[in-house]
Amino acid sequence: MSTSGVIKLADYVDKLLEGDRRSAAKIITLIENDLPGKEEIIRRVYPHTGRAHVIGVTGPPGAGKSSLIDRLVGTLRAEDLRVGVIAVDPSSPFSGGALLGDRIRMQEHALDRKVFIRSMGTRGTLGGLSRATKDVVKILDAYGCDVILIETVGVGQTELDIMHCADSTVVVLGPGAGDRIQAMKAGIMEIADLFVINKCDTADVTRIKNDIENMIDLSPLARDWRPPVLKTSAFTGDGIGGLWERLQAHKAFKISSGRSALEAEKLKAELLEIMYGKVMERLSTGGLSNGKMKEMIDSVLERRVDPYTAADTLLEKLICFREGA
Amino acid sequence: MARKIRVLVAKPGLDGHDRGARVIARGLRDAGMEVVYTGLHQTPEQIVEAAIQEDVDVVGLSILSGAHMTIFPRVCELLKENGAEDIMVMGGGTVPEDDVKELKNGGWAKEIFTPGTTLETIVEWINSNVNTD
Amino acid sequence: MSEKMDIRKNWEEWLESRSKMTDRDFKYETVSSLPVNDLYTPLDIEKLDYQKDLGMPGQYPYTRGVQGNMYRGRLWTMRQFAGFATARESNQRYKYLLSRGQTGLSVAFDMPTIMGYDSDHPRSFGEVGRVGVAIDSLQDMETLFDGIPLDKVSTSMTINAPAPILWCMYIAAGEKQGVPSEKLTGTIQNDILKEYIAQKSWIFPPHPSMRLITDIFEYSSRHVPKWNTVSISGYHIREAGSTAVQELAFTLADGFAYVEAGVAKGLDVDQFAPRLSFFFNAHIDFFEEIAKYRAARRIWARRLKEKYGARSPKSWMLRFHTQTAGCSLTGQQPEINIVRTAYEAMSAVLGGTQSLHTNSMDEVLALPSEKSVQIALRTQQILAYETGAANVIDPLAGSYFVEALTNKMEEEAEKYFEEIDRRGGVLAAIDQSFFQQEIADAAYQYQRAVDKKKRIMVGVNEFIDEDEKIEIEILKIDPQIEKDQAARVQQLRSDRDNLRTGDALDSLRKAASGTENLIPYILECVRSYATEGEMIQVMREVFGEFKEKPIF
Repeated sequence: MSTSGVIKLADYVDKLLEGDRRSAAKIITLIENDLPGKEEIIRRVYPHTGRAHVIGVTGPPGAGKSSLIDRLVGTLRAEDLRVGVIAVDPSSPFSGGALLGDRIRMQEHALDRKVFIRSMGTRGTLGGLSRATKDVVKILDAYGCDVILIETVGVGQTELDIMHCADSTVVVLGPGAGDRIQAMKAGIMEIADLFVINKCDTADVTRIKNDIENMIDLSPLARDWRPPVLKTSAFTGDGIGGLWERLQAHKAFKISSGRSALEAEKLKAELLEIMYGKVMERLSTGGLSNGKMKEMIDSVLERRVDPYTAADTLLEKLICFREGA
Repeated sequence: MARKIRVLVAKPGLDGHDRGARVIARGLRDAGMEVVYTGLHQTPEQIVEAAIQEDVDVVGLSILSGAHMTIFPRVCELLKENGAEDIMVMGGGTVPEDDVKELKNGGWAKEIFTPGTTLETIVEWINSNVNTD
Repeated sequence: MSEKMDIRKNWEEWLESRSKMTDRDFKYETVSSLPVNDLYTPLDIEKLDYQKDLGMPGQYPYTRGVQGNMYRGRLWTMRQFAGFATARESNQRYKYLLSRGQTGLSVAFDMPTIMGYDSDHPRSFGEVGRVGVAIDSLQDMETLFDGIPLDKVSTSMTINAPAPILWCMYIAAGEKQGVPSEKLTGTIQNDILKEYIAQKSWIFPPHPSMRLITDIFEYSSRHVPKWNTVSISGYHIREAGSTAVQELAFTLADGFAYVEAGVAKGLDVDQFAPRLSFFFNAHIDFFEEIAKYRAARRIWARRLKEKYGARSPKSWMLRFHTQTAGCSLTGQQPEINIVRTAYEAMSAVLGGTQSLHTNSMDEVLALPSEKSVQIALRTQQILAYETGAANVIDPLAGSYFVEALTNKMEEEAEKYFEEIDRRGGVLAAIDQSFFQQEIADAAYQYQRAVDKKKRIMVGVNEFIDEDEKIEIEILKIDPQIEKDQAARVQQLRSDRDNLRTGDALDSLRKAASGTENLIPYILECVRSYATEGEMIQVMREVFGEFKEKPIF
């Protein structure tokens, strides 16, 4: 995409705020690629965010997440809500490319102008995806989405990071996930606001439901919200309406139990994340001149300065250098 | 750093012959591109909507049903209607030589690869035709 | 014993001297990437037990063929698959073929019919009458067979997801001619499992689809006893990019799944297994294909007898149709496809096929011209009457290589059967995308090998004709055909007794929600001139739709 010219960028933001999907798509590309202009866009868009109910959907491969989302979108559309979907799939560690196939399972709403689906590759950058996803959420929020669904595979660190930007997180399991529950316990208990056992039309899921309930009982996490364990079938549509009701209840619970405190907690994490990113970027793009660095290395070599003091001095210079610039 | 190339691989028509589309999708992934695959039985409307939302650089249509002379122009028309004519359209499949010429001359397809084309050729073509600056 | 020791000693000496020779730089493996030795000797088939593993033709386990006298009794059926445009045009074509002495018809349907859409449905746009004939209702089926006595011809219909509907239309067309269903002969492909695995012309999810198939088994065994109720197809699995072993294993696994479904419905295996037939691909690797057909017969016979307890030899016999491999043909230098097809056809005949379709040289580029269709048929006639290939039964039996390869195919297939069992059977494996992933991997590896010239395709990556100018006649379909057909189905909907049609569709809907056999209900809908699209829609509402998964 052509990103030349500030005027064009501003146009895109204006059109985004008017609900133009092509501008939304182009801005998302810019953010995903961390191109110049990103911060300017977020600055302009930020006042228009904070409305959307952000829902994370995660779980092991084969649990039927995409189909469940497809159904859930149907329920949301019946209430005339505008929906955004961010579907994240792993990038190849070898080539950096990715096969993004989640749309295959989300065909019901392919032509609905009030549904915006975007596929993203994890692109292998540690922390980078979680950063980008949070910004894409802001774009879809400003674009006018009432509900934003984020789909990720698995429950690794990357997924946990992403889910931290969701208001509500749904962990989806298939009827055959019994053995896996124990293994995934720690991470899941931390993030799950709701459990969904999908494909309940194909098997008896009583046992797995009981296992999860037990796991919640035994969890040491102090909580005022006990994650409900719901049964759904993305195939028949059973339980989808109930899922949406519980998601709304969860959001209401969050607001009633002091949302601002939670928000502040999340924002703190986000700010730290951004700061970390910026420091790293300045370090790697030569925010320090080679001369200063060499000078300091020499001092350490000659035992005139210890490495800790040297690092402190350099950090001060790094930050001042930018502020002065 | 150069931005990642995104390609939409789409399979219009009612037939299920997706061997070629899937092999190409995998080949482009292995060449470092992000490939959005939308599955079988896609209408031109669905293809264009996906291309816009996904902001792809290239739409690749795999057509073996003989319907290429209706589908390529329709996709291009819809892209234009939506102000997205900058998205390149290429294709693959059993398209006779005369039709390839007609589609390219009419501006309905930037390139069409017929059976026997190597993955390398297609990758190279995309790399040299997409501006990643 | 001492003879064996002599051979071993001799072999070791040969190996010693042979190891000093320089070989060409080439990868010696089958087209399916199965490595092959440079030499096969009696040592490679030491464990082969003639009586147990081969036997005589027409005898269990039928490795050498299903008939005692094979092609000396009757040559294979030369069955060229064709279909076009509208029922009226196809009817004229069929009459012409019958007047030339052909006794069997093979109907190709257009994509909207295959996918269950009427000709006036928006999804059908541009595809009506293109790859076959458009059939929307009994009215079209009556036209298709107008003046053709259905008690005199055998008809093969390539139809899967909507097979029960098209079959009922055929039965009803027979009724109109006064032909009782007991006298009808023919085949419906009706193999839904390979649709999920490879061909992808599905409509409903697997469970209701299997129910429809077993409903057909049951109804057929009572009312249409001479009908071949399913043609279990490896052809499309291979075309999707599988290896020979995968084609063999997945197809037979589908066959076992149909047997199990029939038994689970309470049918006796000998009541329906004799009506099961197979459809294989003939790819370019000559010996591998012959071994595949031989192994298929042996595996099927053993399983049906030993595992499923079939007592009728007719249940043990694997009868099959073969089509040469469309995916082995090239758009470059299309004339050389004639040669490929000839080798492939010969492997099918040496492998003991019951019927054969040979592809036309220009099929990769367009609908085949009349001339290329004729050459394809002549290829079979040369094979039958000039080459001598049909003179001797199973002539390659006893070849160290072919017997060793037959054993290998069986072993490899058994490994797949174990894996499928471990996954909980064919339906579970489909749900886990097991077959789809195996085939996608094989297809990708094949393409990479061609791209890197590790596998040579003449005219494609070697021996390329740079100045080639392809001049092929392109068959254009008149767009008026689609408009006329759409108008016809709309006219039908206003002319028919809509009260009766509505009642029939309601009854079908109720029955679909229960467990009754659906064939009588579909038959009643057909008789009341409900359209295919209407019946499919009713069942779609009850059964739901199958959705593919992202597999690459």
